[in-house]
Amino acid sequence: MERDFTARGHHDMGGLPAGDIDREEHDYALWEKRVDALMMICTNRLKLMTVDQLRKGIEALPPSAYDDMTYYERWISSVTNTLLERGVFTADELGAKIEEVRARYPDGVMPEGSAGGGC
Amino acid sequence: MSTGHDDQGHDHGHHHHHDHDHDHLHPYDPEHHHPHRADQDDSMTYYRLMEEAVRELMIDKGLVTADDIRAEVEAMDARTPANGALVVARAWTDADFKTRLIASPKEAIAEVGHDIGPMKLIVLENTPEVHNVVVCTLCSCYPRWILGIPPDWYKSRSYRSRVVREPRAVLREFGTEIADNREVRVHDSTADMRYMVLPMRPEGTDSMSEEELAALVHRDSMIGVTEVSV
Repeated sequence: MERDFTARGHHDMGGLPAGDIDREEHDYALWEKRVDALMMICTNRLKLMTVDQLRKGIEALPPSAYDDMTYYERWISSVTNTLLERGVFTADELGAKIEEVRARYPDGVMPEGSAGGGC
Repeated sequence: MSTGHDDQGHDHGHHHHHDHDHDHLHPYDPEHHHPHRADQDDSMTYYRLMEEAVRELMIDKGLVTADDIRAEVEAMDARTPANGALVVARAWTDADFKTRLIASPKEAIAEVGHDIGPMKLIVLENTPEVHNVVVCTLCSCYPRWILGIPPDWYKSRSYRSRVVREPRAVLREFGTEIADNREVRVHDSTADMRYMVLPMRPEGTDSMSEEELAALVHRDSMIGVTEVSV
């Protein structure tokens, strides 16, 4: 199937029709603030990535993932991918660390989009 | 991310007086303006797990320390709309400061004790002729070094999609009616160019101190979805 290079990216939504604005707000959870903090440190101090790389990673998400994931879920997804690409850590190291962390939470892990943060 | 541009709203709202029942004693409490959803710190999800894993890997590799992360979170918590409100109040009471603020925001904001870091900022002055409102249609760029982290709705599909096409209708959802004869300018932010609105000083505040004025200035008025009222 041909790809339509003239189509808008899913994130490029300015001017499109949309519903009423949900003005509900939530206090950012500590883990969300830590994602933000990690991103600031990686860009401003460590120079391991740029804001543009963060955006590129987010904009590369499939539309369904973009919509289902919360804001800081998209961020940590993009930061992690960028750090992997940069070779800051390897996929094996990440996989092992995720299993190590998972073992700390015997009650299990909820699906994406359920951790607060919205849109 | 498009370059910044101005859109003139095409819908013409009637000029209704709108209700403002805000309690100005607590201007920075978003709960007061918007419905609120409970914290979810206690639910473990895959991406929260990933945050923990990536943070620990970075610490293991000696790139950051737990203290670095904590300090960054604390620095972020210290960046609140109160910082911006003080800048607005100073601009209302000191015409020379306002001139400097618009000419070189970073230096002017440093005068009131706030460092806006690497952020490139443009200050947009509201006037009787022009009302400004800010969005980032492509993501969530926001003057975070002076106002803190953006509210959820600023990052929502509805706000990002609609405010460039029907700003007056969007402003109405926030209880803001802009007179037909006032131009509405919508500014689309980029990571490299962010905007803060300098709202108009409301009538009847001549005798107020800078501190009292700052207490009138809400976050949303510096995004441009509301105006400041007494």
